[in-house]
Amino acid sequence: MKPAAFTYHRPGSVAGALGLLRDLGDDAKIIAGGQSLVAMMNFRLARPEHLIDIRRVPGLDQIRRDGDTLRVGALVTHHAVEVAALGRDFDVLSRAMRWVGHLPIRTRGTIGGSLAHADATAEWCLLAVLLDAVITVEGPAGRREVAAGDFFQGVFTTALEPDELIVEVVFPRPAPRAALTEFAERRGDFAIVAAAVDLDLPRVVLGGVAPVPYLVSGEWSGETTPHSRLAEEAAAAVQVRDEPGVSAHYRRGLVRTLVQRACAEAEEVR
Amino acid sequence: MSTREPGFRRDGSWVGASVPRREDPRLLVGRGRFVDDITLPGMLHAQFVRAGVAHARITGVDLAEVLATPGVVAAFTADDLGLADITAVLDRPPHEFVPTAMPVLARDKVRYVGEPIAIVVARDPYAVEDGVEAAIVEYDELAPVMSDTAALAPGAELVHAEAPANTLVDVSLFATEGIDDVFQNAPTVVRVQAKTGRQNALPLETRGVVADWDDRDEQLRVQTCTQIPHQVRTVLARCTGLAERQVRVTVPDMGGGFGQKCVVGREEIAAAAAALRLRRPVKWIEDRRDALTAAFLAREQRYDARAAFDAEGAILALDVDIVCDMGAYSCYPFTAGIEPLMASAEMPGVYRLPAYRVRGRAVTTNKAPTGPYRGVSRPQYVMVMERLMEKAARALQLDAVEVRRRNVITVFPYRGVNNITYDPGSYRESLDLCEQVLHDEGWYKVRSDSQESPDRVIGIGYSCFSERTGYGSGAFAARKMSVVPGFDISEIKMDISGTVVVSTGTMSHGQSHETTMAQIVADRLGLDINQVKIVQGDTDRITYGFGSFASRSITIGGSAVAAASAKLTEQLREIAAHLLETDVDNTELDGAGGVRLRDVPGRGMSFADIAEIAYLKAHLLPKGVGPGLAATASFDVMGDGTFSNATHGVVVELDRGTGGIEILRYVCVEDCGVAIHPQVVEGQCRGGIAQGIAGALFEQVNYDDTGQPLCPSFMEYKVPTAAEIPDVAIHHLETPCAFTESGAKGAGEGGTIGAPAAVLNAVNDGLRHTGVELDDTPIARESVYRALEGTYRD
Repeated sequence: MKPAAFTYHRPGSVAGALGLLRDLGDDAKIIAGGQSLVAMMNFRLARPEHLIDIRRVPGLDQIRRDGDTLRVGALVTHHAVEVAALGRDFDVLSRAMRWVGHLPIRTRGTIGGSLAHADATAEWCLLAVLLDAVITVEGPAGRREVAAGDFFQGVFTTALEPDELIVEVVFPRPAPRAALTEFAERRGDFAIVAAAVDLDLPRVVLGGVAPVPYLVSGEWSGETTPHSRLAEEAAAAVQVRDEPGVSAHYRRGLVRTLVQRACAEAEEVR
Repeated sequence: MSTREPGFRRDGSWVGASVPRREDPRLLVGRGRFVDDITLPGMLHAQFVRAGVAHARITGVDLAEVLATPGVVAAFTADDLGLADITAVLDRPPHEFVPTAMPVLARDKVRYVGEPIAIVVARDPYAVEDGVEAAIVEYDELAPVMSDTAALAPGAELVHAEAPANTLVDVSLFATEGIDDVFQNAPTVVRVQAKTGRQNALPLETRGVVADWDDRDEQLRVQTCTQIPHQVRTVLARCTGLAERQVRVTVPDMGGGFGQKCVVGREEIAAAAAALRLRRPVKWIEDRRDALTAAFLAREQRYDARAAFDAEGAILALDVDIVCDMGAYSCYPFTAGIEPLMASAEMPGVYRLPAYRVRGRAVTTNKAPTGPYRGVSRPQYVMVMERLMEKAARALQLDAVEVRRRNVITVFPYRGVNNITYDPGSYRESLDLCEQVLHDEGWYKVRSDSQESPDRVIGIGYSCFSERTGYGSGAFAARKMSVVPGFDISEIKMDISGTVVVSTGTMSHGQSHETTMAQIVADRLGLDINQVKIVQGDTDRITYGFGSFASRSITIGGSAVAAASAKLTEQLREIAAHLLETDVDNTELDGAGGVRLRDVPGRGMSFADIAEIAYLKAHLLPKGVGPGLAATASFDVMGDGTFSNATHGVVVELDRGTGGIEILRYVCVEDCGVAIHPQVVEGQCRGGIAQGIAGALFEQVNYDDTGQPLCPSFMEYKVPTAAEIPDVAIHHLETPCAFTESGAKGAGEGGTIGAPAAVLNAVNDGLRHTGVELDDTPIARESVYRALEGTYRD
């Protein structure tokens, strides 16, 4: 479990990182917290020839409130969000972070890394879709903004081009009645099913049921839709198959339970 | 018998006191020395080319690219090293046991994914993995045999050509005459069909070795993390053709073993052979992926058990068929018989069973081989026995604790239907106390309140069991092992300072023997424990030993150090009597590092004074004593050993919405006789219970149909973390053992043994209103979910 040889680069700016990405092409990989990438490298499932470590790039580790908007730099760690005082508008982010792995993982893993890795059960991926996040990426042609709904394209696949870097994630609207909850056999595991809800829209996003965060569509209105209806419709909407240890029936049941519980938590925090 | 709190120190003695551990100062500040901490000049690093398929003939191994890899120094196949095979044997006839050879490196055939085929040695741990990747192995694939049922199916592919029906062990140890009539006429017969998951003992420190050849000592020096240094020496000598004196096995600090390091590993032999060949130090550290996929595994068993009961709930007969999936090879020295023979011999457990029939089989499959794991089969058969008790209680509409109460052995010594004599224990008392504790803590009220509420599902479950510890030569000879572990030899030496060094053939892999053995010696000699140094894990410094397993260390090793201390005491008294011109009978230890006169207690000699004469003024010694101060003693148990016992009580809450299982309360009432160090005993209980819960609720080694392991990391192999393991309340009972030197019984395995049964029973108690009973482990959350939803199908 030692990685294949690689060359380590540590640029001091976004421009420097982009330059390296441009020069090294597909052989290079960005590393921030390394909580997924290093494990994959140790198993030699990933073997980049070049690692571009952006941890020392200044200015990407800030959380800023800007009117109704919350801006989170790509290098902000899960733990920093967990302990940040974001106020009730964005407290859902802090509460959701408790579901991310274990404390040591949270102190190193970053929001940008999590989104770029795009595990379909990752908390940040669900939250991004739930809260209409806008992902700011920077590439050779400058900055562009990608809506979370367009960002996740498939299993570990995103709209990020190989020469681009996530620099910031913008949460454009307060979500005081939102929550995320999960089920796994062990605390800190990837969820079998994760459910995130925002009751103000209302909106339900699920993890563990599709290759990307799954946005449940429904004709709902914020104040009048009972939680049980959200839960039932979410359970009915997911397209899942029997898998070893988790039947489709059970996974649907988990969806129903977790949506209900996320709704209850979202209601409670109001 | 008495109940007591831990942490007391009885009559100023060391035994019974939770003294600070001798090991802690170095371990807690990071100054311990584990195998991977060892670096020798010029040391090379080894890893293995391992089988990528589960079952195949090897048609070619090409290491040319390996040798061309930068940093690689050497690579060897089985043919290159020419080592003798490792073959574990039972003294049983061919219809009961089929010996199979385990080559150090696979030669003609591979039998599981991860089996070592070639060893690669390189300058650093990175280059060696580059080298391993470059190997080309060609296979002629065979159908993989991936379950016990597939192994036993007619026409199944054979894992070992010499083992028909893929059966390595098939033994029927007991068959009480007339047992079929008992079943025929019994008012109630209950049946449990249970399957338990394959597990990994999972020491935090993976396996590893550093080996080098020393020209001056003419020795292959092997530093390895093993529970059985002398047996590793024997296998190394046999495989390499060296004499045993030419092999020195030493063991540094160990981060756990739990049985996985109680068998000889092929990798440690291969790495040592490579060091011997290259005349350079070679280190091998098993990485976690290999530890999860290619190390010795355990516990995959299938039971079909029937028990007959009379109308009052007394058990009349037990008939059980046990099939253990032992994977690809017999482990050395225990063989593939380790699990089926343990289960067959011990299954009646704590109950008065009049009639018993058992068949135990070991089948071979294309999975990583099985070795011992803490508890060895007892977690499984106790689980089955305790399920039988619960089912009988349901069938007879009795309380399940009451059914146990009616069946537990209460008069000792008890001669069982399994030809074992049980020494005194507190089976009934532990059961009563455990139930009382859960009552007093209000859990029965919590459960009855929950029955009124749609939201909460609460279950309470128990397991009552004993654990044979201190297996001596007699017990292992009865299993017909060809290597019969039993005795332990201890050598004690007093230096001129009056302090002692004591050797033990046992091998602490985390159980605090440096402290507990020292406590025993300190009491025997009247010394401070800081003046006692325990030496273990060195085949050159220890006459012979069988290491640590089967909760034998304190019972047998602890008795040997006590016996050696007693012999040294005689020498000290003889010398003192001679010098003080009195009769030996007029001397005694003064409890403060000296000998005094009985009639004039103020007069005596310190050990240092006596030792100075014993070494430096030997002409003053009495005839026949010394020179020097040293004694050797051994201890063995020719009888049936001594039985620790316990009752575990568990309260669980089941989650209707997810099938989740949460342990709300865990109570353990244990009796290991005299606890040398109560805090260490509690640590053993808690650690064991965590591993038992792991088996009940979390861990399982899975393979796909082609034999690829599905748990190569902790993401898939669900070892529970601190978040999943509850606080455990421990209550102590004390029934001293009559024949160990300190009255102690073994305490190493009980926690693991009791936990699966108690957890499973608690879950089933929670499911009682559904009519569903779950008997397999680990318990699937989906099964719990469906049971509570009313959609469970078997």
